[in-house]
Amino acid sequence: MISQRVSTLTIVLVLGGAILLALLNQFTPEASAVHVPAYVIALVGKYLCFAMLALAVDLVWGFGGILPLGHAAFFALGGYAMGMYLMRQIGTRGVYGNAELPDFMVFLGWKDLPWYWHGFEWFPFAALMVVLVPGILALVFGYLAFRSRVTGVYLSIMTQALTYALLLAFFRNDMGFGGNNGLTDFKDVLGFNVQADSTRSGLLVLSALFLCGAFLVARFVVLSRFGKILIAVRDTESRTRFLGYRPESYKLVVWVLSAVIAGIGGALYVPQVGIINPGEFSPANSIEAVIWVAVGGRGTLVGAILGALIVNFGKTWFTSALPELWLFALGALFIGVTLLLPQGVMGLFALRGVKPAVTPAPTISEEEAPV
Amino acid sequence: MPRSLALILLVAVWLFPGPGRAETAEEAYAAFATPNFDAIRDGVMALSVSGDPRALIVITALHDGRLYVRPDKVLFIKNDDGTFVDALTGAAADVPAGALKPVRVNNGVREAVNAALGVLRLFSPDASTRLTAAEAVFRARDPAALPALDRALAKETDPDVKTRLEQAHAAAVLSSSDTSDADRLNAISIMRARGDIEARSTLGNLTGQTPAVAAAAASAITAIDRSLQLWSVLESVYYGISLGSVLLLAAAGLAITFGVMGVINMAHGEMVMIGAYVTFMVQQSIRAYLPSIYSASLPIAIPMAFIVAGLIGIAIERTLIRWLYGRPLETLLATWGLSLVLQQAVRSIFGAANRDVDTPDWMSGATQLGGLTLTWNRMYIILFAIVVLAALMAALRFTSLGLRMRAVTQNRRMAAAMGIRTPWIDALTFGLGSGVAGMAGVALSQIDNVSPNLGQSYIIDSFMVVVFGGVGNLWGTTVGALTLGIINKFLEPVAGAVLGKIVVLVMLILFIQRRPRGMFPLKGRAVEA
Repeated sequence: MISQRVSTLTIVLVLGGAILLALLNQFTPEASAVHVPAYVIALVGKYLCFAMLALAVDLVWGFGGILPLGHAAFFALGGYAMGMYLMRQIGTRGVYGNAELPDFMVFLGWKDLPWYWHGFEWFPFAALMVVLVPGILALVFGYLAFRSRVTGVYLSIMTQALTYALLLAFFRNDMGFGGNNGLTDFKDVLGFNVQADSTRSGLLVLSALFLCGAFLVARFVVLSRFGKILIAVRDTESRTRFLGYRPESYKLVVWVLSAVIAGIGGALYVPQVGIINPGEFSPANSIEAVIWVAVGGRGTLVGAILGALIVNFGKTWFTSALPELWLFALGALFIGVTLLLPQGVMGLFALRGVKPAVTPAPTISEEEAPV
Repeated sequence: MPRSLALILLVAVWLFPGPGRAETAEEAYAAFATPNFDAIRDGVMALSVSGDPRALIVITALHDGRLYVRPDKVLFIKNDDGTFVDALTGAAADVPAGALKPVRVNNGVREAVNAALGVLRLFSPDASTRLTAAEAVFRARDPAALPALDRALAKETDPDVKTRLEQAHAAAVLSSSDTSDADRLNAISIMRARGDIEARSTLGNLTGQTPAVAAAAASAITAIDRSLQLWSVLESVYYGISLGSVLLLAAAGLAITFGVMGVINMAHGEMVMIGAYVTFMVQQSIRAYLPSIYSASLPIAIPMAFIVAGLIGIAIERTLIRWLYGRPLETLLATWGLSLVLQQAVRSIFGAANRDVDTPDWMSGATQLGGLTLTWNRMYIILFAIVVLAALMAALRFTSLGLRMRAVTQNRRMAAAMGIRTPWIDALTFGLGSGVAGMAGVALSQIDNVSPNLGQSYIIDSFMVVVFGGVGNLWGTTVGALTLGIINKFLEPVAGAVLGKIVVLVMLILFIQRRPRGMFPLKGRAVEA
């Protein structure tokens, strides 16, 4: 269903495009017509991270039938893990010059580093946490939710409640994550200056690599036998259960995988934008990520990447050219795509070999009758 | 006759309080005309106990800096409009302002004036002034006020004021150094009966008492602490019910649309917001065209908000939602998009800043119930929530539209087979749910900022209420809203507002694991949602 050709094309375009931009930025003189300015590098790098979030959403929504309204929470948690590492790298270069404590803790009058900050000065540990924190949260939440068969709209609302609770929690100064301002003012990542063009280009290529890697993993999962059963669960969960499968296990695996992909996306996002704050947890962000997938085409993986790039380029253009109209455009996008374009851009082009997930027929049968 | 004789004696005692004060009212007035601060101060004190009918007026004038003296030692009071009256008779006097000098005050005089006013107001003809004065004397705990309190008590007829005077008397007795143990024990029991934080601090300040008095005070403090704790629990319950009624108003419409159509309407919060803006518009137009009925603006806004939000709801259902039946997740996304459009539209029309919606006079203020302060606007919102809920239930139960709605909720295809036009019912249901949200907006305009983001702050809470209570069940929504409101308010003092909210959210996430269909699930034969 996701053909070899389209997948190869996607990887070549994403990776090739990122490398080309990085090379043009590094090896052309600034006056040159083909020079790519640094802000474009940072912008595209940010979009690629969003594309990873979109990929994660598509994995659970397009193939697991779970509409997640809180996936940005996993993205932000990965981002916070990376942000904590970056904070610890500042060392004595902070405003207060305290080698042990980040600036905001000195400002709050804290004496010691909270226990959960220990180890984050060490990159491998931080990298592990980028995967583990979103993964474990997803595991616990998913285990509880899928085991008790919370499905459909209820599950979506619960994911929204989860990210809302985290939003409120991270706003608190007492949490030790910088409260309202979040973590910012980073200096180095692995010894490279985060502000430098070369680091940004490197991060862009790295984001492209991780995006392609995540795409390949997701493609492998959905094309495997496991993926077939997952799709069966999406289309008729009860029938799959009656055939002897355990839908909750399949959903849990793909849910945790998706959270980890989102977390890695967040970790790559933070050094490129230079800040992570609780705003990333806001439910509106998660819902926006869903619309990227809907625009690109749900259940196609390629569509998720495409949708994230299209919508975000559109957002950048709109918010600078017609800031008043951006929310109208975004709202219209939500309505238009769901009403007129249920299979997204991928369905529109009907690329050969790409068969988007077909939504169950919109009839109200006994089985799907409103609760 | 002995009785009238006693009465005359009483009046005589009241008018001439004995040899304690040598000065009469006339001498006191004469003292005001001197430049000597001590004489003025003594004059104020003498006047306050003299019982002279003009005493309150003159001392008030002195307090406000409106008392003037002419070189021939005649006193005048300046009115607000700049004219003068004779201080002793109240007759209008035509005197040139240049000939007058204000009566001077210093800190000593000011203190005496304040104390005198406190005592004099105890004899004001207005009961509410007397009540305030008694409360002020209670707080002052001044033993010097005892004689005045005794006189005021003897004269008082209003039971509320009398109680307050007794409490003030008790407080003065307790802080006086030369009262008997029996009086003190009596005073402690009065304090105990009052039982608020002021009474507790009066008792807590007692030192160097005889063992009997000290023991009585200690036991009274324990009793007061216990009753204060009880009142604080009741207060949390009241605030919880108040929050719950707000949640109920916001969630009731959602419960109806979700119950009948299985549609989660993410633009529901925007219907609430539109209701609040309708209130704003109604107030603006009434102020411009019919200021005489301004105090009735809210009762007028309620049906207006219902109609406007309801019509918008029907329009949304006809143009958007009916294409998406059977696809609840897509509906969720489309209505989210709609909510963004509505928010931005309101922002473009009215601006991003908060709009002022007035609270009518009859809704401001508060009343005291034991140790509870009940603000009127919260009370009215609770009442409004009850009325709306009752009206909704009656509409669902007794009208033919309600009958059809219930039929569609229970079995859509069977209802269609019986000749009910289900698409039409869907549109009306959506309109009803949106209209209720609009009415919630009228209530919320009284306690929250009217801004384009108003709806967003309530939408997640409303979802929680609906999911917690069980879908399609108004009783479930009611119980859910009240439970969440009360739990929230009980957690707030313990954990803080934000942490309390987080705890509630986590508890809800866990609760849904146990009861995936809420507290009161609708009984049906559906295999899955």
